[in-house]
Amino acid sequence: MKKLLAATAASALFAGVASADEVKIGVLLGFTGPIESLTGSMATAAEAAMKEVSDSGLFMGGSTVTSIRADSTCIDSAAATAAAEKLVTSDKVAGLVGADCSGVTGAVLSNVAVPNGIAMISPSATSPALSTAEDNGLFFRTAPSDAREGEIAGMIMAERGIKSAALTYSNSDYGKGLAEAIQKGFEAQGGTITINAAHEDGKADYSAEVAALAAAGGDILVVAGYVDQGGSGILRAAVDTGAFSLFELPGGMISDTLTQNVPEGLNGSFGQVPGNDSPGLKTLGDMSGGAFDVSSPYTPESYDAAALMLLAMAAANSTNSADYAPKIMDLANAPGEKIYPGELKKALEIINAGGDIDYVGGSAVELIGPGESAGNYREIEVKDNKIETVKYR
Amino acid sequence: MDFLNAIVALLNFVIIPAAAYGAQLALGALGATLVYGVLRFSNFALGDTMAFGTAITILGTWWLQSHGVSFGILPTALLALPFGIAVTAALALATDRVVYRYYRQVRAKPVIVVIASMGVMFVMSGITRFVIGVEEIRFVDGTKFVIEANSFKQATGLAEGLALRSTQLLTMVTAALVVAALFWFLNSTRTGKSMRAYSDNEDLALLSGINPERVVAITWIIASALAVIAGTLYGLDKAYKAFNYFSLLLPIFAAAVVGGLGNPLGAIAGGFLVAFSEVGVTYAWKKVAGYVMPEGLAPDGLLQILSTDYKFSVSFAILILVLLFKPTGIFKGKAV
Repeated sequence: MKKLLAATAASALFAGVASADEVKIGVLLGFTGPIESLTGSMATAAEAAMKEVSDSGLFMGGSTVTSIRADSTCIDSAAATAAAEKLVTSDKVAGLVGADCSGVTGAVLSNVAVPNGIAMISPSATSPALSTAEDNGLFFRTAPSDAREGEIAGMIMAERGIKSAALTYSNSDYGKGLAEAIQKGFEAQGGTITINAAHEDGKADYSAEVAALAAAGGDILVVAGYVDQGGSGILRAAVDTGAFSLFELPGGMISDTLTQNVPEGLNGSFGQVPGNDSPGLKTLGDMSGGAFDVSSPYTPESYDAAALMLLAMAAANSTNSADYAPKIMDLANAPGEKIYPGELKKALEIINAGGDIDYVGGSAVELIGPGESAGNYREIEVKDNKIETVKYR
Repeated sequence: MDFLNAIVALLNFVIIPAAAYGAQLALGALGATLVYGVLRFSNFALGDTMAFGTAITILGTWWLQSHGVSFGILPTALLALPFGIAVTAALALATDRVVYRYYRQVRAKPVIVVIASMGVMFVMSGITRFVIGVEEIRFVDGTKFVIEANSFKQATGLAEGLALRSTQLLTMVTAALVVAALFWFLNSTRTGKSMRAYSDNEDLALLSGINPERVVAITWIIASALAVIAGTLYGLDKAYKAFNYFSLLLPIFAAAVVGGLGNPLGAIAGGFLVAFSEVGVTYAWKKVAGYVMPEGLAPDGLLQILSTDYKFSVSFAILILVLLFKPTGIFKGKAV
């Protein structure tokens, strides 16, 4: 017994000390479930960053990085927690890239990451609630909070001279959070939200909802919904009855199907969707070699999440979360040499020489506040029935 | 001017949508009430019969369109209606043969037949989804508007626009024609009279030589025709989605019960009553009140009695109130 205790204490002491070794990273994404069409590309992008770091031979004295995938299911918190528990306790991963959807990410954070002291970087959880979650400094995300989209939406509307707006949202966690953020963002710019009403997705008829929105009035109608669900129904009913002629369309409404679902009446309407025009995105696309698709949502963010985690380990010269997690913010932000995708070897050289880097990556990462991406948005406007980019913010 | 604006806003957001919706409900409720009157059970498969019939009509519409056939300013779906009705009636007759006839022969209690109709409902909804899928389908073509909101504003100089979609007008006109034809059939033809006789008193009707199987078959055909017409009009006016027809079941039965189950006139009145209550209760009256009330007295609140999320609860409330205080409905139907 004494020997066992001594061995445990010794291994605890030595854990986190660098030697040419194998470092395991858990990739916890919803490989089954509602976003299964996105996660293949996300995971491959994350693993591309790990391979780049391993191949450089400069990572923590020549250590290699191995990825271990696990299924978060996107919606089943219990399944995601069990998968994360397995990654942490039996596979002994040094950190988690994930989870993906906001609900399971919160569950994994509070049930697995915080109790076990494991850092996690989510590439895609956008709920504003995660900004204030209890994380002991272990949780980061390369995706922006929806609160940021609310601020951007408020700014765009104010710049276009909109004084009042009616607001309707899809009755879901996403829609509700975004609607609150937009109301806050618009009111901060001196605007007035005349009504903030939910709509249920998947109904045939939205004339009653639009009637209520029209009665409340406003210069424009903000539709914080899904383009393939009730959002388009609301738009059609509003256009048909002449209730509103201008619309503000958040990310969930921006898609090629928008102008198919609502073939007329949208000209002049505007909105914003996550996106950037940084050179990093193009570089990442060129180096993907078709293995992953950088235009797929959250794929560049996944590459960046894995890259940031590994660079932080290199900077701390430790795979212990408590050591490297505090480095993540420094590496992502100025000052320092700007690092784009494919330049991880250069980054490791600078870090090993004691220099400072500013990781930009594929999604123009800039971490703010509690360790989340500041967010880059593409402002769009519908012209001649086509979605056109106005500018990037 | 303000008063005119109030009337136009009311027409645009309450009266026109509710009237079109009411006409669709009335047709569905007629189908429910006919089956209840003659066969003496509440047909839960009604919603999915509507979905099935509309799906077949859509397939017919696509076939016609692929051959370059159109109906001018009217939707092509109207041409495909007879095809949809024929297939749906055949399915209803086959279902009667396989399922309901047995329960009629053993004189099963109505509640047993109702449960059997739930089984039929599940089978039908499965078939519908196999045939056409679960996605939203828009199959309306032809002219979209009779009155267009913006041109109305320009023409009249009013602040409020008025929109009348051609599908809304079409719904009301078709419903009126179908109801007139049905009443003529029930009151003036020999077959219609035999149906009413069978509905009033089965044993007496049998004694006077009425063939029950023929009455039942005709009832199914008429009920299917009503269901397909109502379903197609609803799909044209809004959008087709199989699940939405299942949700229509509640307001349709509320309409039939309010009017008095088994009473065709009641079904029509019930349909409009439910539609106008749903829209009226969930409408925010702020705008109309703002036009009508004297300056300074215009309200700040929305004047909305119930949020639109709770639209369906209106049907529930009506159903419960009627069953508590007037179980036979407005126009004396059969007690439930």
